[in-house]
Amino acid sequence: MEQIGQPPQVFEQFAAGDPGAFEQLFRQFQGEVYGWIVRIVRDPAAAEDLTVETFWRIHCAHARFDASRSFGAWARKIATNIALDYLKRARIPESPLDDDPPGAAPTAPGTVDPAMRREVRERVHLAFRQLPVRLRVVATLALVEECPHAEIAAGLNISTTAVKSRVFRAVQILRKKLGNLDETYE
Amino acid sequence: MNEPEEKKLAELLKKSLTPLSPELNRDLWPRMLRRLDEQHPARSWIAALVSPAAIASVPWFDWAMLAALVVGLCLFPRSIPIWLYHF
Repeated sequence: MEQIGQPPQVFEQFAAGDPGAFEQLFRQFQGEVYGWIVRIVRDPAAAEDLTVETFWRIHCAHARFDASRSFGAWARKIATNIALDYLKRARIPESPLDDDPPGAAPTAPGTVDPAMRREVRERVHLAFRQLPVRLRVVATLALVEECPHAEIAAGLNISTTAVKSRVFRAVQILRKKLGNLDETYE
Repeated sequence: MNEPEEKKLAELLKKSLTPLSPELNRDLWPRMLRRLDEQHPARSWIAALVSPAAIASVPWFDWAMLAALVVGLCLFPRSIPIWLYHF
């Protein structure tokens, strides 16, 4: 998140508690904060709520903001903490998945039994949701969203080595839980 | 764990998890405003209660009665149940 499109005094005015500056920053950064949160929690409705919650905390903490530093990075750290708290509180959904996700790649007819595909998807989904939150978040961002490791490290306030380590552990756990699932899938 | 296995698992995850758009489709500012408004009434209620204007608006006789009540309760604490019964 870059601090573009806003004159530098907006950040100082925000830090001083100016409501107009807060609105300007909200309008500029809401999309980026939402985009970051929705990639972590993977629920658009919850991501909207958490985006508002993030900006509420930002509003409350305006006096602690250092106008010489990046507002976007600060907002992303707050958003990350809120999203992680949400995931820790959230229960694993027991409802079944939709038949076929809209973006799923089409499969050649006759290669995979549709019922089996659905079962496989549910198993993968459940195994993924059962990962510890800190591994699941890194796995989501690195494997599903294909975010660069440096960006994940900056967003989660951890080192790039820690990102690689968490991805490795998440993959290990998933492979252990899913067993020979890839053979069934192909 | 080698890289091809990691890629294979990534593909499996992408196909299993419902795809989503990272784009925000609507302006959240109205919701933010509601959230801000929800917090202000409580704050303004407390602020109004302890504001100098509110304190100054209380007649001096009421302050004297309150002081007498506090002194009375300190001197005769056993009278507290009687006061509670009457109120």
